[in-house]
Amino acid sequence: MPYSKLALYSGNRLFPTMGREFLEQPTIVKIGIVLIALGFLYNVGMTVLKGRKTVINVVLLTGLVGLAVMFLFAFYNPDNLVLDKYYWWWVVHLWVEGVWELILGSILAFVLIQVTGVDREVIDKWLYLIIAMALITGIVGTGHHYYWIGTPEYWQWLGSVFSALEPLPFFFMTVFAFNMIFRRRREHPNKAATLWAMGCAVMAFLGAGVWGFLHTLAPVNYYTHGSQITAAHGHMAFYGAYAMIVLTIISYAMPKLAGREAAPPRAQVVEMWGFWLMTVAMVFITLFLTGAGILQVWLQRYSDNPLPFMVVQEKIAFFYWLREGAGVVFLIGLVCYYASFIVGRRQAGEAAA
Amino acid sequence: MRELFTKGMARNIYYGGSLFFILVFLGLTFDTTARIPERAHVEALTESVARGKEVWEEYNCIGCHTLLGEGAYFAPELGNVFDRFGGSREAIKAFIRSRPEQGIPGRRSMPKFDMSEADLDALVDFLEWTSKIRRARDWPPNIHG
Ligand code: HEC
Ligand code: HEM
Ligand code: HEM
Ligand SMILES: [Fe+2]
Repeated sequence: MPYSKLALYSGNRLFPTMGREFLEQPTIVKIGIVLIALGFLYNVGMTVLKGRKTVINVVLLTGLVGLAVMFLFAFYNPDNLVLDKYYWWWVVHLWVEGVWELILGSILAFVLIQVTGVDREVIDKWLYLIIAMALITGIVGTGHHYYWIGTPEYWQWLGSVFSALEPLPFFFMTVFAFNMIFRRRREHPNKAATLWAMGCAVMAFLGAGVWGFLHTLAPVNYYTHGSQITAAHGHMAFYGAYAMIVLTIISYAMPKLAGREAAPPRAQVVEMWGFWLMTVAMVFITLFLTGAGILQVWLQRYSDNPLPFMVVQEKIAFFYWLREGAGVVFLIGLVCYYASFIVGRRQAGEAAA
Repeated sequence: MRELFTKGMARNIYYGGSLFFILVFLGLTFDTTARIPERAHVEALTESVARGKEVWEEYNCIGCHTLLGEGAYFAPELGNVFDRFGGSREAIKAFIRSRPEQGIPGRRSMPKFDMSEADLDALVDFLEWTSKIRRARDWPPNIHG
């Protein structure tokens, strides 16, 4: 299908997408997202009202409310490109480096309580500290996207200072997760969920904390803005924080929903293969994209004789092939992950028979 | 055992700190939005430029290109493409019009868009207007974007 006809075939006239990165959903789908978010919020909210009101619940709810509220800015698309970009980041940045961190922190805390049996008071204190750091650094940290888009120069130092501190909550999440595991009061049979929880904390710190810091200072970002460095960071941060937290809670909750503490050991082994394949592949994807990015920045923006974009892309194509290979490994890991559910069901079936 | 750092203290830092920085951020937003009109030359933001932005969005140019460093990294930066084409509107129009239907073999290529002359004009107005936005340090670092 020709790209040039995409707008025509997808009915862009009737369902305009506003064609902005990440917010490509047609308006009607955006409204759907709001309704689903509100429905989910209602579900979790009523559950909390009926059940115990814990710190984790309240933080999770705050995060979900924030998610819904910040998404409303997706409907605002002014003619002035600079204003458009300014508020576009209120959805994109204030999600991943703001309200979603509350959701991430609370789910992680929940799973850690369950698998370690550590005292809730201790975990609550950590959670408050982590999310305090997330919001204190992350809100003004939005400034790291306001360096070069026509916004005033003061964002260069505001964005640099605050976003340079943004790795802190991610660092503390890792310390917190390992600390709880070492202080565990019981051996939970769900080894896979424990592995996901620890892996999530570590990979979120690497992807968001380390790779984020790499290009967040304005003098560095001047050269790396919108390059493969951004793509490298985006991949690892998204996978580490938000893909892995979802896989963590699925890993914990799926056996529970089937009425058991943990999946059968053989299924867990397959699941852990999935974990390692996907996670190691993602590390390599990130490294290869970073290699591509360093070369790109050097050849196109930094050297004495800068080259045109398309010329540079040909020169760095080698890294894209390596990255593609890592992507294939990632997919194999994903297949293992799916297979673990089938293995789990079979084994459960055998046990019952 | 008395604890030096209690849960209550952590909670207060969370609520107090967040509220404080939300207010700071709103203040900064107020200041920035007040300055944007001048930096973005709103007096030059004609109806045609606004239409051009719509065309840009309709054809999803951001699906391949970056604009002021944001978007996809598959094709050249277009925030300064007006300068890269020597300020020639005709050259940009000719480039967009002359894309081969089948693409260029062995190379990333740009699709052929059949758009009306009026839309193409508006699109180029938008690209020209964008190139004049006052950006810190005149980003990008050089003409190649
Ligand atoms: C499918 C991806 C794709 C889409 C969508 C796309 N382009 Fe391109 N564009 C490219 C590629 C690839 C190049 C580089 C082509 C070359 O050098 O042969 C390019 C080059 C250009 C150039 C010349 C840049 C330079 O520095 O040489 C302009 C101007 C341009 N595109 C405008 C647009 C506009 C306007 C739109 C939206 C209507 C658009 N493009 C949509 C892929 C795309
Ligand atoms: C889990 C948390 C995070 C996620 C999911 C995430 C994801 C992303 C993504 C997808 C982009 C690309 C946006 C675009 O298309 O332009 C991006 C950009 C960026 N991120 Fe993050 N990020 C996270 C945390 C962080 C942190 C903690 C920092 C700083 C320490 C950071 C610094 C940056 C910077 C500076 C950019 C702009 C890159 C550019 O100029 O092109 N990020 N992030
Ligand atoms: C495994 C195979 C994968 C392949 C081949 C792949 C490929 C790509 C490509 C080609 C892009 C567009 C880059 C550009 O703009 O030019 C992209 C963007 C992106 N991908 Fe992936 N991806 C893979 C896996 C993942 C995973 C597992 C995640 C996260 C969980 C992810 C998150 C993202 C994000 C957030 C962006 C936007 C980045 C930005 O705008 O800076 N990808 N990916
Ligand atoms: Fe950000």
